[in-house]
Amino acid sequence: MLVFSLIALSAMFASGEEGGGGSLLAVNYGLAVWTILTFLILLFILKIFAWKPILAALAEREQKIKDSLQMAEKANEDAKQMIEENKKQLLLAEDEAKKIVEQSRVYAEKLKTQLLEESKVQSQKLIANASQEIERKKNEAFDQLKNQVADLSLSIAEKILKQSVDKNANAEMIKKYIDEIQKN
Amino acid sequence: MSEQQTATIVDTLKQDTTAHAGSGSDWIMHHIMDSDKLDFAPFGSIPLPQIHLFGLDLSITKHVFFLWVAAALLIFLMLRVSNAYKKSPVPRGVGTLFEILIEFVRDEIAKPTIGKGYEKFLPYLLSTFFFILLSNFLGLLPYSATVTSNITVTSVLAIFSFFVIQLAGINKNGLFGYFKGLIPPGVPVLLLPIMLVVELLGLFTKPFALAVRLFANMTAGHIVIYALISLIFVMHSYFIAPVSIGMALFIYLLEILVALLQAYIFVMLSSLFIGMAYHQDH
Repeated sequence: MLVFSLIALSAMFASGEEGGGGSLLAVNYGLAVWTILTFLILLFILKIFAWKPILAALAEREQKIKDSLQMAEKANEDAKQMIEENKKQLLLAEDEAKKIVEQSRVYAEKLKTQLLEESKVQSQKLIANASQEIERKKNEAFDQLKNQVADLSLSIAEKILKQSVDKNANAEMIKKYIDEIQKN
Repeated sequence: MSEQQTATIVDTLKQDTTAHAGSGSDWIMHHIMDSDKLDFAPFGSIPLPQIHLFGLDLSITKHVFFLWVAAALLIFLMLRVSNAYKKSPVPRGVGTLFEILIEFVRDEIAKPTIGKGYEKFLPYLLSTFFFILLSNFLGLLPYSATVTSNITVTSVLAIFSFFVIQLAGINKNGLFGYFKGLIPPGVPVLLLPIMLVVELLGLFTKPFALAVRLFANMTAGHIVIYALISLIFVMHSYFIAPVSIGMALFIYLLEILVALLQAYIFVMLSSLFIGMAYHQDH
């Protein structure tokens, strides 16, 4: 087959050779044999030692790049989702915090009014108690004074009566004393 | 570099013109075609061993030598690139350039043209691409030879493509299924014999076109450069030199583009044909 094609080709060139001046189109069989040998050996060596490892390395690298790109895309997607979720959670937490603050504010208000009310009542009660006590003490003091005044006037009268009954001149003075005491 | 190259060409031209006395295009042919010695004019040349075995001329010619240089360089570079991947998955230095090219062949050539099951053909496509690329670039260096401007080399490469294409088709669809699939469905019975011939011929014209395209493109650029340089001597004037060299430089830069482009086209078409043979229903 090979020889056949070679001959077919060379026959075409042979006719050209006769027409043309030079032997530019001449087929040199020795060179053909060398070319075939060289190319076959070249093909063999390159196929085993060059193309196989190089193509494998290229394919491997391309696969690696593809994989890492896919992974990066996935990681990006995941991160996006996570951010979205975090945002949602943050909003929720904010709402919660607002609610808690609101609640505590209401509670504090309530507590404040309650305490105020209570202390008012307490103070009114205290005031009432205190005024009652004062009244009581005043009455007591009055009673005591009355008794003392009576005693005192009695003893004065006694003294006056003892010293001089006839000292009419002093009657007026006595009367004055009594008046003074009464006034007090 | 181009001035140095030009100086060399001037010297070789002088030698050639004295040797051949007037035959204008011989020296261009001399530079493009294979020879049995490495020419380092004006510093002389290194003869290469002559081997004759089994009635075949198996001499190590200039093109065989540069075939080996390209292959050795390619193996050396690719082993370094492949070893670099063992240390770290991220390439450095030369590795980045080769990674771009490898990924280009894989993602822009093999994957869209072959489709499902393209991995099996990657080693062949990558080897062919880098071998042609390196040979093309090697041919742009002074004192070297362009292996891909030899029709024998490109034919062999095309025959390799031919076999890979047929084996891909036969392996996937079976021997009978493959040849049956060559004929488009719905063809009238009367046209069948003609279609069979056309399709079978098509199998061979594809690699033939591949071989000729690569050979012609790589040869043409070199011939144009040499022709532009030879203008100086044809016109017998130094004043034409700046124009000549400027234009030769332009073609040289174009050659860099062509070197890349032809490696791409060869592998792209091979891959396309493999895809057509592999998935016949499309």
